[in-house]
Amino acid sequence: MIFPDAIQIADSTIRLATPLLLACLAGLFSERSGVFDIGLEGKMLVAAFFSAAVAAVTGSVWLGLGAGVAAAMAFALIHAVASITFRGDQLISGVAINFLAAGMTVLIAQDWFEQGSRTPALTGAARFAPIRLPGADALSEVPLIGPFYADVLSGHTILVYAGLLAVPATWYILFRTRFGLRLRAVGENPAAVDTAGISVARLRFSAVLICGLLCGLAGAYLATGLAAGFTKDMTAGRGFIALAALIFAKWRPWYALGSCLLFGFLQAVSNRYSTIDLGLFEIPNAFVLALPYILTVVILAGFVGRAVPPRAGGEPYVKER
Amino acid sequence: MSAPAIELRGISKSFGPVRANRDISITVRPGTIHGIIGENGAGKSTLMSILYGFYTADAGEIRIHGNRAEIPDSQAAIRAGIGMVFQHFKLVQNFTVLENIVLGAEGGRFLSTSLEKARRLLKRLSDEYELHVNPDARIEDLGVGMQQRVEILKALYRQADILILDEPTGVLTPSEADHLFRILQGLKREGKTVILITHKLREIMDVTDTVSVMRRGEMTATVDTASTSAPELAELMVGRKVLLRVDKAPARPGDKVLEVDDLRVVDGAGVERLRGVSLSVRRGEILGLAGVAGNGQSDLLEVLGGMRAGTGRVTVNGTALALSGSGSDARTRRRRGIGHVPEDRQREGLVMDFHAWENVGFGYHNDRRYARGLLMDNAALRADAAAKIAKFDIRPADPWQTARNFSGGNQQKIVIARELEREPDLLLVGQPTRGVDIGAIEFIHEQIVALRDQGKAILLVSVELDEIMALSDRIAVMFDGRIMGERLPAETDERELGLLMAGIADTGRDHPVGEVEANLAGTAGKRE
Repeated sequence: MIFPDAIQIADSTIRLATPLLLACLAGLFSERSGVFDIGLEGKMLVAAFFSAAVAAVTGSVWLGLGAGVAAAMAFALIHAVASITFRGDQLISGVAINFLAAGMTVLIAQDWFEQGSRTPALTGAARFAPIRLPGADALSEVPLIGPFYADVLSGHTILVYAGLLAVPATWYILFRTRFGLRLRAVGENPAAVDTAGISVARLRFSAVLICGLLCGLAGAYLATGLAAGFTKDMTAGRGFIALAALIFAKWRPWYALGSCLLFGFLQAVSNRYSTIDLGLFEIPNAFVLALPYILTVVILAGFVGRAVPPRAGGEPYVKER
Repeated sequence: MSAPAIELRGISKSFGPVRANRDISITVRPGTIHGIIGENGAGKSTLMSILYGFYTADAGEIRIHGNRAEIPDSQAAIRAGIGMVFQHFKLVQNFTVLENIVLGAEGGRFLSTSLEKARRLLKRLSDEYELHVNPDARIEDLGVGMQQRVEILKALYRQADILILDEPTGVLTPSEADHLFRILQGLKREGKTVILITHKLREIMDVTDTVSVMRRGEMTATVDTASTSAPELAELMVGRKVLLRVDKAPARPGDKVLEVDDLRVVDGAGVERLRGVSLSVRRGEILGLAGVAGNGQSDLLEVLGGMRAGTGRVTVNGTALALSGSGSDARTRRRRGIGHVPEDRQREGLVMDFHAWENVGFGYHNDRRYARGLLMDNAALRADAAAKIAKFDIRPADPWQTARNFSGGNQQKIVIARELEREPDLLLVGQPTRGVDIGAIEFIHEQIVALRDQGKAILLVSVELDEIMALSDRIAVMFDGRIMGERLPAETDERELGLLMAGIADTGRDHPVGEVEANLAGTAGKRE
């Protein structure tokens, strides 16, 4: 009785952690390069809308995915131009992106589809289908490992696996390649990079665009994998939770996986149980639903310890004499 | 004779109306150490930034080893064999030495191969030039002297054969500076060309072969170091005779103003930074506190200035000061007549993005004279600032400039003006002339002596032994959180002070100065 519940929650943890994880890694690239990005939410939202809209119109989820990623990258480009080229305030640019995304998606959705700011429900090839991992059926009868493999690890859409693979890929890029070395350096001390004869702006642009790409995947997954279509404000603060997870993870890819799974787990629990009965008293539904958000605050306030953000984060680079 | 390593012809560069470099020509012979000396703002750094591709010159040409070179960016400078060690190091703090060295010169997409190659090359360079440093240490764990070595290695790794060092000793202790000069001599022996930018005459005289003097954007002279002298260079720098010695009447010490007894301070990491310091300063006297940076002088100033808590007994004019808890803050100290010129003017003395007139009022903004009812009387503050700017010859003479836009010397003058004008009974001065040009040094020294002659007590902390020797009426030397000894300037010399600074109490001399003896007995007994 407990075990099937656990399997169900674990399965849904992975599902719910995926958009957080993709957004968190997106933020990781941007912030490691010294560009703070509170516009993850907005970028996910535009990606969610455009992927759902294009998938609904064309019937192809892959075209939808492409459109979502392109939209998120276009927004990332706005952030890059504002904060790198014009040395604007990164927080203000991020806030602007969030507002723009929230307003624009609803407006265009209503104009195009006239379904109360939604896209039509996606079916068939317009949605990502679950993938059965090889051997899932054969193993499903094995106690413990079987259900875990068959029901928790197997049966997700391709973007879930993409998100999980993005963790080692990010780690490798960051810590084992020239690009990663320069990226980390530019977030810590852009002057060191500049005097070494490398363009600070070009590095940061690449990082912010990678951030856009990953936000695009996160948003597209929300609308075409996790849900079946776009609804108003469907990101529901995930971009901000991803930022919290990023701080909790101390800007490290493997820690990001851990912290996103934790936040995903909390959401899974609150989705699974409307109330939690602790015997003596019952935790009410509203509280359970709020739990992930409350925990975000608690974790950020108390449990992170000394998380040192990239030293040059948030500051536009100005060549000094 | 071989072609000059560097030849600049008619270089000019303007920033708006400011002509930072005017028609500068200079020839640097290969395999020599060439000094460029000049006051702050003379255009030395601009010239070197042009050479390193940070700026492009408005006019003129650059020749390297006889060939005309275009240097539009740093990458081009590196390719031309020029390496630069900036005054403020360009290192990534949480990277290892090795990572910092390969950054930008990785030689491949993947790090593992680049790092292995770099490690071997680094080992060879370290041995060749005696620049030993642990390749796997993190920069943030290294001292400034080591960090500078990493910068030099970075340049050598990029196969630089011309090395430019911009004010390299500004952050170094005297022994680290000596070590640096030995390294530079080694580089020279290996055939490298070194350009040393500094405003310290002694370094030029000690280490260079040729020296060029810059003044107000122009190159005023290039001479062989052997055929010139420090006073002559000083004159070329400022365009007039400067007193390297401070002209002052003998001190007439009065009553004790400051008495410190068994002062102890423990820092956040639990390390005891002051281990029972006792000293006193009298009215009309300058007590110079010498020592290698980091031996407790800063902590002493911070405790006395109300920026840090301590234990022990401190009295000012006979009344005890609270050393921790309420009443130990900087504001109370100021009310008690203690002025404080902190060691780091940019961090503790000024708010860099505030206007000069705002900075002039800091710490005294609650004064009645700046108040109009509940509000601040900004007009009064501005008028006061304008008066101070005129009196202390602060340039540009504009109260609306932000502190950041003043040169180091003028920033310091703002702080000095603020603290001296209150006529404090006791003035705490930390590194009054660090990074300040000669003209301003002279002026600041005169002001400090004038305050003494008004009968005020002054506690001077400086890592510049010349400054301590020139200004002090009495010298105390600190080592490892203790006073190693006290001397009278007339009865000691730099050698003896150097020994005390190194923690060697027995200097083979006897100093029958009453107070000195008492202090020596007090601290020497506690030393293991």
